[in-house]
Amino acid sequence: MEDNLIIKTHNLTKRFPMGKSEFTALKGIDLSLGKGEFAGLIGPSGSGKTTLLNIVGSLDTPSEGEVIVLDKSIGNLTAKEAAKLRKENIGFIFQSYNLLAVHTVFENVEFPLLLLKISANERRKMVMDALEWVGLLDKIKSKPPQLSGGECQRVAIARAMVKKPSLVVADEPTANLDAANSHNVLQTMAKLNDELKTTFLFATHDEKVIGYLKRKIYLKDGKLDKDETV
Amino acid sequence: MKLAIKLAFKNLIGAGLRTWLNVIVLSFSFVIIIAARGILVGWDRQAKNDMTDWEIAGGQYWNVNYDPFDAFTLADAHGTIPAEFQSEIESGDMVPVLITQGTLYKEGRMQSILIKGIETNQTLLELPTHKMDTIVDAIPSIVGSNMARSNKLKKGDYVTIRWRDRNGTFDAADIFIADIFTTNVPTVDASQLWLPLETLQSMVLMPGEATILTFRDREKVREDTGGWKLMTFKALVKDIEDMIKTKTVGGSIFYGILLILALLAIFDTQVLSIFRRQKEIGTYIALGYTRKEVVGLFTIEGGMHSILAAIVGAVYGIPFLAWFASKGITLGVSSNDFGFTMADTMYPVYSGALVIGTIIIVLLATTIVSYWPSRKIAKMNPTEALRGKLQ
Repeated sequence: MEDNLIIKTHNLTKRFPMGKSEFTALKGIDLSLGKGEFAGLIGPSGSGKTTLLNIVGSLDTPSEGEVIVLDKSIGNLTAKEAAKLRKENIGFIFQSYNLLAVHTVFENVEFPLLLLKISANERRKMVMDALEWVGLLDKIKSKPPQLSGGECQRVAIARAMVKKPSLVVADEPTANLDAANSHNVLQTMAKLNDELKTTFLFATHDEKVIGYLKRKIYLKDGKLDKDETV
Repeated sequence: MKLAIKLAFKNLIGAGLRTWLNVIVLSFSFVIIIAARGILVGWDRQAKNDMTDWEIAGGQYWNVNYDPFDAFTLADAHGTIPAEFQSEIESGDMVPVLITQGTLYKEGRMQSILIKGIETNQTLLELPTHKMDTIVDAIPSIVGSNMARSNKLKKGDYVTIRWRDRNGTFDAADIFIADIFTTNVPTVDASQLWLPLETLQSMVLMPGEATILTFRDREKVREDTGGWKLMTFKALVKDIEDMIKTKTVGGSIFYGILLILALLAIFDTQVLSIFRRQKEIGTYIALGYTRKEVVGLFTIEGGMHSILAAIVGAVYGIPFLAWFASKGITLGVSSNDFGFTMADTMYPVYSGALVIGTIIIVLLATTIVSYWPSRKIAKMNPTEALRGKLQ
């Protein structure tokens, strides 16, 4: 595998049981994504973008074909190995933020570092850096219910970025945000992509997001329809 | 593990009122179980102490024919006191007791009684036998308060008794009630009359004989000796221990129901949590937890209820249990009504083993009911969980 290749899929097929039959969500996807790319999977609902994102994020496995993420074959990983891959190398950003409601902003961002058993001093520095990137240093003691949607998503970005992962997967990150907040979080992610060379892979059909992408991968009915680099 | 504990604690506290309701209910279980078991432990200790002080001391020798549950054996249940015990008797470390059947006549009624002879100068047992060391125009005697009550006897009364000597000949005499003592041990009180040993021996023509020999030293190695059967302390308290064990089993059913009610609330909370917190479960997995670790986290969270309950229980339980231990519980019945040793007021005793044992039982039970629903997480699809889709 090439040194700067983060994701490579070959003939990726994913089928889901549907009653007595099966539904094929992804049909033979071949895709490569290099280090530092800012790419998005674009398509209408049901086109397979979230399914592809989940497999790349090692939350799911392919039914057929091969998916290599950071030199690891997703289909062959044990649950423990997949968890280790996510813990060390992949950051997640979700449409509905998925922050831990009873924890403060600081604790939410700190959580991935606790899993990595990083020392308290280093953790604190890394969390403060991450919160500085997203401009939320003044909210460290707040809890998610006290924040606006935009702030919550910026916390989620900080949480995804704090461990400086090789890959960040973001599923419809602006779906719950207004235009101003959407641009704000997208600018934040674009800036981090530029500065840290982290690979971002989005699943979206939001025009605002599409406007920021450097690579647009169109999916249609589970197949790769178009792949454009801006 | 440390992280899981920290996280579980945070989640529990974050759940607010729901957590505290469960914790309070569970803490009631803690306090009530400890209080109720403390009563049984206190009763056991008190009963053994009272029996030791009033009746059995360190153990007894029984005449081989003696059966306390068969009054008909009493005619033959006597024998010469072995010479080997003489020095112990003289030093006051052994007390012979002669027992015979008799009848007490009071106000035209007749009442079957046991007449027991004991040395007036003994100090091994708490019976106030020295009160019989008096000169009156009848045989001096002492009785317990229950015996006095049931036969309307008062201190200073004269009453007639009848007995049979060793030849089967009936005889009768007046006795004088020199003292009435109060005890929790019905086997030295109910339907019993205590006379000086030598007087009884001469009344029944059994000089130098006894039915029971009670000794002080529990630790001394002893064995059966000609015509006398050794009854160790352990053997003598076995009945009371068995009875308390039976009460403990009965009590356990009550604790069990109480605990089940508290555990049901925790089980219910866990089941609800797993449905309501699917997104959170998915998030943990996305951030790098394995499903097994999430199961562990939820189990710790559930089990932690019992730790919080122990702390909350300690806050109000320690003052309550201390007050309860000082005031005790008065049942309003006498030991005579029950037929076994029981104080009018029972004082609970809380041992470290009792408290720690209760905590461990509740902790284990809580962890098990927390683990049960949490296993469902292991079967969850994380991608569905992340979307908060019910599985």
